[in-house]
Amino acid sequence: MTDVSEGSDIVLTEELETPAPVLSAPRRPRKSRRGAIAWVGVVPFFAYAAFFMLLPIIVLLLKTFTSVGGGFTLTNISALFHGQYRAAFIASIEVSIVSAIGGGLFGLFVAYAAVHGRGPRWIQPLLTTFCGVASNFAGIPLAFAFIATLGPTGVITVLLTHLGVHIYPHFTIFSLAGLSLTYIYFQLPLMILIIAPSLEGLREEWREAAENLGATQRQYWWHVGLPVLLPGLAGATVLLFGNAFSAYATPYALASGGINLVPIMIGSLLSGNVVVTNPRLGDSLAFGMIVIVGITVFAYALLQRRAAKWLQ
Amino acid sequence: MGVPSTRTAQMAAMTTVGDDKPKKVRKRHKMRFWTYFWLIMAALYFLVPLYSTLQFSLETGQHAYGFKWYLQIFRDPMFRTTFLFSLRLAVETVIIGLALMVPTVYWVHLRLPRVRPVMDLISILPFVVPPVALVVGLSGVFNLMPWLLANSQILAFIYVILALPFTYRSLDAGMRAINVKTLTEAAQSVGAPGWKTLLFVILPNMRTAMLGAAFLTLAIVMGEYTISSLLLFNTFAVYIYYIGNTEAQPAAALAIISFALTWGTMMCLFFLAKTRGRASSGPTAAVGR
Repeated sequence: MTDVSEGSDIVLTEELETPAPVLSAPRRPRKSRRGAIAWVGVVPFFAYAAFFMLLPIIVLLLKTFTSVGGGFTLTNISALFHGQYRAAFIASIEVSIVSAIGGGLFGLFVAYAAVHGRGPRWIQPLLTTFCGVASNFAGIPLAFAFIATLGPTGVITVLLTHLGVHIYPHFTIFSLAGLSLTYIYFQLPLMILIIAPSLEGLREEWREAAENLGATQRQYWWHVGLPVLLPGLAGATVLLFGNAFSAYATPYALASGGINLVPIMIGSLLSGNVVVTNPRLGDSLAFGMIVIVGITVFAYALLQRRAAKWLQ
Repeated sequence: MGVPSTRTAQMAAMTTVGDDKPKKVRKRHKMRFWTYFWLIMAALYFLVPLYSTLQFSLETGQHAYGFKWYLQIFRDPMFRTTFLFSLRLAVETVIIGLALMVPTVYWVHLRLPRVRPVMDLISILPFVVPPVALVVGLSGVFNLMPWLLANSQILAFIYVILALPFTYRSLDAGMRAINVKTLTEAAQSVGAPGWKTLLFVILPNMRTAMLGAAFLTLAIVMGEYTISSLLLFNTFAVYIYYIGNTEAQPAAALAIISFALTWGTMMCLFFLAKTRGRASSGPTAAVGR
């Protein structure tokens, strides 16, 4: 939202600035007119983004902070901190944290094995390709794949039952744990894709230098490896969190009705499946989501900048 | 006296070397073990659900396998309508997105480089606004302008926003790889007007970046469920969900078909990136979740 106003600010200041220097009169105005014309070139894009992205956000904000009768109110926001809405945010955050840390650690080990492990050379390109596919294989089909695998009659469930291990009813794919396990299917490849460049930046020379100075494996990681990797690692995990937090299709197909996550709740409010006294709740829930994901993206950008320092 | 001391020193040195070797070898073995351990874990995690779904989709009875469910899906007229609908939306999204973004990114690179940070910021906004939240805002807008929802084409316009981060990044990287300014000046010095420069000089050089953006957009649109289902349009993903609610095995077959589709699209993308160098290397994770 600020970006467009920022953009138009620049237009304004430019128009204001140009008459000021009187000395070089003949050339400056022409240049400024050309500058103003240059701005015309980006008008379609800004108009498009304003209509399809900024306008919805503005409408959402207005509805969040006004009551149905009009007038400013905070009741829509305060409702988020109570009862089932609070529970939905907690459940959403839980799944996101578990799948971000689970997928993050798993991805880190796999990426490290592919980048620095002494495996066959074709592993890394194959892994990258597969990660590109797997991170795009999400939503409804992914949910079905996991139901076919670990659902009550899933292939693995049946196989384990034959081996005498009954995972049901202790575990179900429709629980928070099952949901997190499913999320990891798109979290893991995303983590591998994001963290691989940071791992490639971890130079062999540093390890050799540390070893020559008598450092143990643990000392190397504690004093060299981890400090270098940490910003990138934290940034990637934060991004995974936001990624899981905004997921809608996968949890909807997997646990429709079973688990109340924020996106699911918004969906059922929007499609009128639930009757609530306050019609603005969908807006305030969406606003809450934007705030949380906004914070994660901002944190990711900051951490990424910090991580880039070592990667030149 | 001096001789034995050097000898012990030598021997000491030799023993340390001798001691060191098995240690290093053991370390290397341990390293190799963990490398394979994690790679195999990842392979299992990736492939077991796919294998299970495949088996489930091929099962036609007790220990009988066949393509029965696939044939049933392919014969379903709903499959054809929804698939073609999503495909049409994808093509429209690609056309609108490229028509909007190619001239904009070109113009920004050529004339307004200082706007680039603003463009970067705007193009990352769709990540900040989850699709569910975007639908809430959009339905607020549609309440004010209900005529916008009358035509299903509106979905393509919304999908352009979903694909914006990928389209912008791909095009931005592509423009950075070619020297826009020099090419434009060269074209102008032989008298080409602006639109001709864009069409006949810049576009051919941007083919890889544009195709990359197009394939990612295709993958996103073909799997998009959130927005289309909440705005009540029957896209391919909505159809998959509907089948899943009614019949489990055809749904598994559809999941496999949809995976094959994603695989094919991504393969085109990687093949493209490989043959044309890294000009269009962009992020490859989409928004279907």
